Amino acid sequence: MSPKTTNTSSSAPLLTMRNVHIKGLSDETWVDIINGVDLDLNRGEVLGLIGESGAGKSTLGLAAMGFCRDGCKITDGSIEFDGLDLLSQSRQQLRQLRGRRIAYVAQSAAASFNPAHRLIDQFCEAPLKHDVMARSEAETYATSLYERMNLPDPDEFGLRYPHEVSGGQLQRAMTAMALSCRPDLIIFDEPTTALDVTTQIEVLAAIRDIVKQFNTAAIYISHDLAVVAQMADTIKVLLKGDEVEQATTAKMLKSPKEDYTKSLWAVREYARAEQPLVTGQQPVIEITNVTAGYSPRQDILKDVSFAIHKRRTVAVVGESGSGKSTTARVITGLLEPRMGSVSFAGAPLPANYQDRTRDQLRHVQMIYQMADTALNPKLRIRDLIARPAAMYLGLSGRALEDRVRDLLRMIEMEPDQYIDRLPSELSGGQKQRIGIARAIAAEPGFIICDEVTSALDQLVAEGILKLLDRLQSELDLSYMFITHDLATVRAIADEVVVMKDGNVVEQGPKSEMFVPPHHAYTELLLGSVPEMDPKWLDRLLESRGADNIGDAAIARMK
Amino acid sequence: MKNLIIMIIKRLALGVLTLFLLSLLIFLSVEALPGDLAQEILGQQATPEAVAAIRRQLGLDLPPHIRYIEWLGGMVQGDFGTSLALKRPIIDLIAPRLQNTLFLTLYTACIAVPLAIILGMMASLFRNSYFDRISNATALSAISMPEFFVGYILIYFLALSGYFPSMANITPSTPLLEKLYACFLPALTLTLVVTAHMMRMTRAAIINILALPYIEMAHLKGIKPSRIIFRHALPNALAPIVNVVALNLAYLITGVVIVEIVFVFPGLGQLMVDGVRFRDVPVVQASSLVFASAYVGLNLLADIISTATNPRLMRQK
Repeated sequence: MSPKTTNTSSSAPLLTMRNVHIKGLSDETWVDIINGVDLDLNRGEVLGLIGESGAGKSTLGLAAMGFCRDGCKITDGSIEFDGLDLLSQSRQQLRQLRGRRIAYVAQSAAASFNPAHRLIDQFCEAPLKHDVMARSEAETYATSLYERMNLPDPDEFGLRYPHEVSGGQLQRAMTAMALSCRPDLIIFDEPTTALDVTTQIEVLAAIRDIVKQFNTAAIYISHDLAVVAQMADTIKVLLKGDEVEQATTAKMLKSPKEDYTKSLWAVREYARAEQPLVTGQQPVIEITNVTAGYSPRQDILKDVSFAIHKRRTVAVVGESGSGKSTTARVITGLLEPRMGSVSFAGAPLPANYQDRTRDQLRHVQMIYQMADTALNPKLRIRDLIARPAAMYLGLSGRALEDRVRDLLRMIEMEPDQYIDRLPSELSGGQKQRIGIARAIAAEPGFIICDEVTSALDQLVAEGILKLLDRLQSELDLSYMFITHDLATVRAIADEVVVMKDGNVVEQGPKSEMFVPPHHAYTELLLGSVPEMDPKWLDRLLESRGADNIGDAAIARMK
Repeated sequence: MKNLIIMIIKRLALGVLTLFLLSLLIFLSVEALPGDLAQEILGQQATPEAVAAIRRQLGLDLPPHIRYIEWLGGMVQGDFGTSLALKRPIIDLIAPRLQNTLFLTLYTACIAVPLAIILGMMASLFRNSYFDRISNATALSAISMPEFFVGYILIYFLALSGYFPSMANITPSTPLLEKLYACFLPALTLTLVVTAHMMRMTRAAIINILALPYIEMAHLKGIKPSRIIFRHALPNALAPIVNVVALNLAYLITGVVIVEIVFVFPGLGQLMVDGVRFRDVPVVQASSLVFASAYVGLNLLADIISTATNPRLMRQK
């Protein structure tokens, strides 16, 4: 390994940003993304960047590498990395820094690995191209890093293609790749956001171990405070391109100064009171011994049964692939079960939606995760909401217009202002509200909410949850809430159904589900949700053991 | 590897089925042509007896489905029948012509495919630069002109001044180097005709890939732009490129009759046109089927190459 040249004393900051302004091109005009942010980072220090979407976290993180995405430009300020002014470096000089001295770990490893090449080839590319190591040396180094990160079969692991390993493994492989040239600084851009909670832990543990071991400085970007609390020494909060405040992690968690920071902290405490259990009443939706799958050989759901009562919210929890969405497809009649049945208010629903009456269809509505793709971009809000109202309730003309306006008022959007807009003229939270209005326009008895808040920022998500809660009591609705986020469950559920590999492993009222003893899997799921305590990950690793987290822990359960 | 073999077998079966359907289509459309073949051969003054005799001799008195089965059975065994106009086995007519056409196709492909892909890659690398615009404009102008016009322009500039021959009337005994020299102008004409399509597709396919996160990742690893295009984008853009190349090669085999005429090139296209002109039904049927096989075969090859170069398809879990 070639020795690294350091031309400044180690006491000077590794990275200094002063008054950085970044603009981005949006609809042919330049808008501000970052308005004058300062940032200092010492060697071996981890800085957490917190903020909602649009705060400019990623843009700032990339600027630390002297990189701007297409349609962005750094208009003012200075960025100095180890004595080098990044903004005055040539493209070639910047290329020599990137990958070698500053590395990047992206949000989605699945999208950021090239699908055409083996992992080891992608690992070795930077060391070879930067003349840091020879191929054989780089391969040995890769194997040792894979081993450190608890990746299975480290000698053979690199021979696989990206699609052949799991999401958590891929994210660790990407962290290993970032380390391939032993950089001084790594930018972690939401590296665990796309992962399940149990998988998230193994990646967090691996990243933290590596950062400590190699004394690498890091910028850790996330919207999840609890995650950042585990990783960062200092936290900087950004809001729409401005710095809100910065403090050490412990101080920031205990006594945030600014109102905005306090409001971010407070979101996690929203919880509505559990509705009293109804007994002796016909459930609104009852799923009885449902077994279903997409191919005849494989069952995705295995003997699933649960019931949802009037005015109650049942949260269906589980990791990706556990069968939550498949359950929703069975209820809506999009997938015919192989065995078992679904009934609405005591009357069985035909298995195929095409055989259901209009009234049966009306009573089961859905709200989707991605409001962006669930709303027809060419239709105005008026038509989006009017369609179900006209189709199911036969409204037209004046009555229909009034109904649409009523619905908009119910979702707290001023009709005159929004009724003629297109979905593209709304924010993410507003689009989701339109999705809700469209669902209640049919006057249903039951709504399936499929990860409705997971694409939204915390404050916006909280608003959506409160709205759903209010609509439930006003309209006597029952909800099935599909989610992987246990904070959402805590906030809104009355009952919880935990699913794993197509089975219901545990179900019961929320008050019981969050209190031990649990089924082992529920325990793992609950225990894996990061807490707002910087020591949480340490304690967890200590109590469970470093090799008993994530996939390994789940495998042990079988 | 197993996936690939299964896929090849499946596609082969599908290809055979396609060819079968095409043979039916060819037979039926020739059948639907107006006029009587025997009458045509013997001319207006023929006696009804003579016409009946020749009909019997050619098997035209048999019902269509029997004739179809006999024709297809012959084709499958390599017996292409006999030309009515030239009274020779069709295989002897088609074989040298097909050889010539394949030679010209290969010759053109050797120039056009690398040229198109390299130009496409460079255009995507220097996107919106002068190089990009000029190469795009040139390629588009070339494709917008009729083939014969391009051919005559090349003859005007390169043949009249004596650099290259304007006639490409090669025979099977012509030595290779001489063949290459003689066919240079037709190959160049065809290159100008097909390059634009392949180049623009290469450019578009690569630019599509360049927006993906793994390309940004490569930039952030400090990889040079030229290597990003060649090593990170091109392998993932191969499927559309290979398909458009196959389409253009098939076009070169089947659609170059005008260029053949301009350069007096003895290719398959001319044979078929002559066949149509002389109502030489067996020749028309046989060459149609050869063209169909070329299309089906090249598309099959394109599918195999796109699969073989995609690890996600080759190594399914």
